[in-house]
Amino acid sequence: MERMTLEVRHLFVRFRTEKGVITPVNDVSLQVPEGSIVGIVGESACGKSMTARAVMGLVRAPGEVTGGEIILCGRDIASLPEKARRQLRGSEISMIFQEPMTSLNPVMKVGKQVAEAVLLHSRCTWREARERTLAAFRDVEIPEPEARFDCYPHQLSGGLRQRVMIAMATVCKPRLLIADEPTTALDVTVEAQILKLLEKLRDASTSVLLISHNLGVIARVCDRVYVMYAGQIVEQAETEVLFKRPLHPYTQGLFWSVSSLREGCETLKTIPGVVPNLRHLPEGCSFSLRCDRCVAACEKEAPGLVEIEPGHAVRCLLATR
Amino acid sequence: MKRSLAHRLIQALVVLTGVVLITFVMLRIVPGNPIETMMGEHADGATIQRMTAEMGLDQPLINQFFRYISSVVRGDFGTSYSLGRPVSELMGNAFANTLTLALLAALFAWIVGLGCGIFSAVNKNRLSDRLLMGTSLLGISLPVFMAAMFLQYVFAYRLHWLPVSGTDSWKGFILPAIALGWNNAGQVAQMTRTTLLETLQEDYIDTARAKGQGTMGVLVFHALRNAMLPVMTMMTIQLSGLLSGAVITETVFSINGVGRLMVQAISGRDIPLLQATSLLATGMVILGSLLADCLYAVLDPRIRRGD
Repeated sequence: MERMTLEVRHLFVRFRTEKGVITPVNDVSLQVPEGSIVGIVGESACGKSMTARAVMGLVRAPGEVTGGEIILCGRDIASLPEKARRQLRGSEISMIFQEPMTSLNPVMKVGKQVAEAVLLHSRCTWREARERTLAAFRDVEIPEPEARFDCYPHQLSGGLRQRVMIAMATVCKPRLLIADEPTTALDVTVEAQILKLLEKLRDASTSVLLISHNLGVIARVCDRVYVMYAGQIVEQAETEVLFKRPLHPYTQGLFWSVSSLREGCETLKTIPGVVPNLRHLPEGCSFSLRCDRCVAACEKEAPGLVEIEPGHAVRCLLATR
Repeated sequence: MKRSLAHRLIQALVVLTGVVLITFVMLRIVPGNPIETMMGEHADGATIQRMTAEMGLDQPLINQFFRYISSVVRGDFGTSYSLGRPVSELMGNAFANTLTLALLAALFAWIVGLGCGIFSAVNKNRLSDRLLMGTSLLGISLPVFMAAMFLQYVFAYRLHWLPVSGTDSWKGFILPAIALGWNNAGQVAQMTRTTLLETLQEDYIDTARAKGQGTMGVLVFHALRNAMLPVMTMMTIQLSGLLSGAVITETVFSINGVGRLMVQAISGRDIPLLQATSLLATGMVILGSLLADCLYAVLDPRIRRGD
């Protein structure tokens, strides 16, 4: 039996707004085995980032985690008080964000921002914190770490800033790193370098939960993939299996919109429509409105997540028949 | 940074010269003879003519201007027509009072304004936030003289804690400082709340929380310094306004400050005194914006040049 760094069971995140309640994370369960990179893929606003925030304990009001367990290395952290959660953030579990341009405090030297994480989680002097920061800078291959230490964010390029973010997230050697679209704002060559860093982290025993809408990124580094749609996991499998035999019409749609270009099609195949408003989800399958194979049953019955073969589960009535 | 500071200093000098020139010309082209005003209705023509010549007011404007500039540069602002004493001496005494009053008022406004603004932002939309913001709106809209008379009534007349007026002891400055700072405190509170709430939505606040920083740590180390940038600018501009004199407060509390002196100078057509007070007011505004620029550069590394 594989040991799990993270296990999320039946997670719910709800937002109470004046116009009603929405559930951007609706009964999500996922597992991140030790020493692996697990991906969550899906369109914008499908609940990927909200799942990540819920795991971090960073859901902003009016949202709240209304149910489920978040088990980090065998311990349920969802029920811990805020103070205990805070001590885990940055030390056991940390996160990097999509926008390296705005994720760093503009009026604080980057070295200090990383050293802050060290000082928050270990009793050490400023000198030691600085040394550990410089070591983390070297680990993420920041050139001239000593000089960069005293730079402000605006003096660094996007790639360097994201490296600083990774250094900040990993300086305390966490068990789990959540990377929320870490390469979306970067150009392709820098993206490749950042992905290589994530692989290096995995080999150094930090598991990674990688959130992306980019299938290329997922294919390159992930061992296992979860596909999310409208707040739910609609398909999950080993990366290789998923790419060979996608079962859910949504997953297939995602692949087509990439591969149709490669195969020389004249027009880009896309999934029609947009992610439905979470306030007005269709009664049956949440994908039924956009699905070209939708049958009458799809509009009545909400499908459950069913395991088709070991490790490969899908939430679709057609696939399970 | 040094270059931009030098740039700003030169700018300040140009503005100052411009204001001096405009005040000088304006005061001399308005109809009416200041000497007549000074001597009263019963002065005879010969005396007025003699006095006009004595004060150099019969000279061509350009000569008068250069004479004025050269004496100002030497620190001589002339003698007040209406009070008969050196302007520098009058201004010195008045400015000492204005300075005390302004600094106390600013201190009050900043402590109360920042405190309320931060508290309100942290307790957004709760009852305490709404009460505080309502009060601060009252602070902004309440005329100074109303606040002043209210304070006098409660703390001097009813409770006898503080003197009604006058500046015989430091206690005399407390009520006027509060009355004067009240308005500024409201502005600071509103702006602090708004900018702090905006700042708390920034991505780097999430980053700070993601590394395990607590609510206070996030507020103090990450949110406040960023939120303070625009608030700081407003506060320095407020301070320069306060330093230029506060006519109403000084009048209600009988404080001999720059504001009252200026009113006296206007009603007495006291050219030397008027020139000096407007020069001071301009100087304070320029100094304030210069200070704001410097502070901004200190607080925000993106503003600093040449690095």
